[in-house]
Amino acid sequence: MKKDIILAGVGGQGILTIAATIGYAAVESNLYLKQAEVHGMSQRGGDVQSHFRLSDKPINSDLIPEGRADLIIAVEPMEALRYLPYLAPDGWVITNTTPFVNIPNYPNIEDVLSSIDSQPNKIALDADRIAKDLGTPKAANIVTLGAASKVLGMDMKSLEASLGTLFGKKGEKVVNANIAALRAGREFADKN
Amino acid sequence: MEKLLLLGDEAIAQGALDAGISGIYAYPGTPSTEITEYVQRSKQARETSVRSAWSSNEKTAMEAAIGMSYAGKRAMVCMKHVGLNVAADAFMNSAVTGANGGLVFVSADDPSMHSSQNEQDSRFFGKFAMMPVLEPSNQQEAYDMAHYGFELSEKFETPVLMRITTRLAHSRADVTLRDKVTQNECKLPDDLKQFVLLPAIARKRYKLLLDNQNYFEEASDNSGFNKYIDADDKKIGIITTGIAYNYLMENFEDGKVPHPVLKITQYPLPKAMIEKMAAEVDEMYIFEEGAPIVEEMIRGFLNKGIKVRGRLDGLVPRDGELNPNLVAKAVGKEITKGNPIPDIVMPRPPKLCDGCPHIFSYNALNEALEEHGTGRVMSDIGCYTLGALEPFNAINSCVDMGASVTMAKGASDAGMHPVVGVIGDSTFTHSGMTGLLDCINDKTPVTIMILDNETTGMTGGQKSSALGRLEQICLGLGVEKEHLHVINPVKKEHDANVTIIKNELAYKGVSVIIPRRECLVTLTKSKRAAKKSK
Repeated sequence: MKKDIILAGVGGQGILTIAATIGYAAVESNLYLKQAEVHGMSQRGGDVQSHFRLSDKPINSDLIPEGRADLIIAVEPMEALRYLPYLAPDGWVITNTTPFVNIPNYPNIEDVLSSIDSQPNKIALDADRIAKDLGTPKAANIVTLGAASKVLGMDMKSLEASLGTLFGKKGEKVVNANIAALRAGREFADKN
Repeated sequence: MEKLLLLGDEAIAQGALDAGISGIYAYPGTPSTEITEYVQRSKQARETSVRSAWSSNEKTAMEAAIGMSYAGKRAMVCMKHVGLNVAADAFMNSAVTGANGGLVFVSADDPSMHSSQNEQDSRFFGKFAMMPVLEPSNQQEAYDMAHYGFELSEKFETPVLMRITTRLAHSRADVTLRDKVTQNECKLPDDLKQFVLLPAIARKRYKLLLDNQNYFEEASDNSGFNKYIDADDKKIGIITTGIAYNYLMENFEDGKVPHPVLKITQYPLPKAMIEKMAAEVDEMYIFEEGAPIVEEMIRGFLNKGIKVRGRLDGLVPRDGELNPNLVAKAVGKEITKGNPIPDIVMPRPPKLCDGCPHIFSYNALNEALEEHGTGRVMSDIGCYTLGALEPFNAINSCVDMGASVTMAKGASDAGMHPVVGVIGDSTFTHSGMTGLLDCINDKTPVTIMILDNETTGMTGGQKSSALGRLEQICLGLGVEKEHLHVINPVKKEHDANVTIIKNELAYKGVSVIIPRRECLVTLTKSKRAAKKSK
């Protein structure tokens, strides 16, 4: 088993929470993992990415080679496109469709979405909307992860358990809200 | 054994704790910050009273650690690569004094300049000081070497430099822990003059340092961290340093490289291993994460003998980080690549947060300077450096910590007026105070703005040494009371703030204006924490 994942978004959108959720589940499953994060200047509203590698064998590089990623999981649609050079020919793009516009020259969102649509394997969902409808607007990242779980090769139970570990200190309500967000994302992926 | 999932930085911190440090000293700087933060959060550190508060700068941090070593206890100092420049005086001389209690310096380099002004390679400093250098290739080694570094330090009574780079610092993997060592008792050095670098003593100590080089080299050959992995195809021999090893291995199924590989993670260079490789192979490829320091040493100035390839002849790029693809190309492996980035994707540079106090400081400063024209603002290192970008275009320099004050002074000395220095509160206590004293002693016409967001913002909100002390410090240094102003950087004070800045720009002496409002990131964090504790 090997999964190389690029997590992408804008500083503050919670890609490290996605990483931690997969991370806890991976450790429980006795998988090797390496996860390279971006700290520092870019976290101030810049583009951020995390290279996340899972394997049942020891992993060498902290960085994923270009053209080898199995998944791009993006919390922002333009950011999904930024990492296409990393994606393997049979890799998947899973992305939120709500744009995060904090630059004056953000492209036409229709062009962004049609570019995503032209990818051979993709799941595009309005994770912001789904999270809002659930009453947890901050959980768009977890909704996106839920959609990605379909191709991630990890069962929902272990991801739900790691949400419990991750948000346990904040109380049961927060844990359940995040589990609901995860399931809603997965449900979208299963239906579409 | 216990296993933890740790960033490279955190692995070093845990290694140091398990090696029985009594103190860690640091000034925050990406990508080194998380080492000290880990110790500050650690229950183990609290229970064993390991001191860990932030220092004012890297030099004060290092000197305090040298003091702790003098007293017989183990100490670690952490900084980013450019921080080592600030601490260089203490660093260079500590190689001559040697250590008593174990002493390990960690310098985190930032090749590709993700969050830095340059990509200097700290291994040069290690060689410069003739100190042993450790350069772990992964998180487990980072942990093990933090542990080993203290043994090495005490065995040879020398400080040890550990050099890491961004990708190791900020990448997470599982780490298996070792047994914990208890802290040293206080114990004076055997020779009470060891640390007295008077010329007569310094000359003796320096000879000892030179003599020690053989032992350091022996340790590099025998510690087990440097590995010679032999193979049949001797057309090429490959040397890797630090994490470059992983990028090489990534390109070979199950890590089976057909050529001999020398994995270097400890310096001085392991001479016997390098000689063995040079005697057996036709060509040497050298992959280093950083400057071509090993490549230059092996190639030599005259570049005669065995052919050496690496960053200097373009086998891999001269600058920036390595990665699996660059190494693949160099060793003739197939390069994979996905689709190109679509043209519609725009760069998304970092920016000041919405509502950030710096925005209002720059808006007021820009308006006050309008009548004088652009190009008059020297600045410094922190979130406010983003004021150089659109829409502010407010600052004209960012060189090194504290340089805003002194560069403004120099420009003023050259006849520019008005001229402004913009510096953050934490940067000011790091290295701005002495420059301000120079201005005061010269009665230099400068306007210094200390943007006081009551934290060290860019690195994530660490406690600033300046907190609650700025007016006292400025007055104490000799700033005139009537030319010291604290203003509130908010929209509704804009006009009043412009007037104050304008008046001080007109003054032909030293003025200090302190726009003060807490960083929104730390404010949100502390509000959240307060809510939780209710």
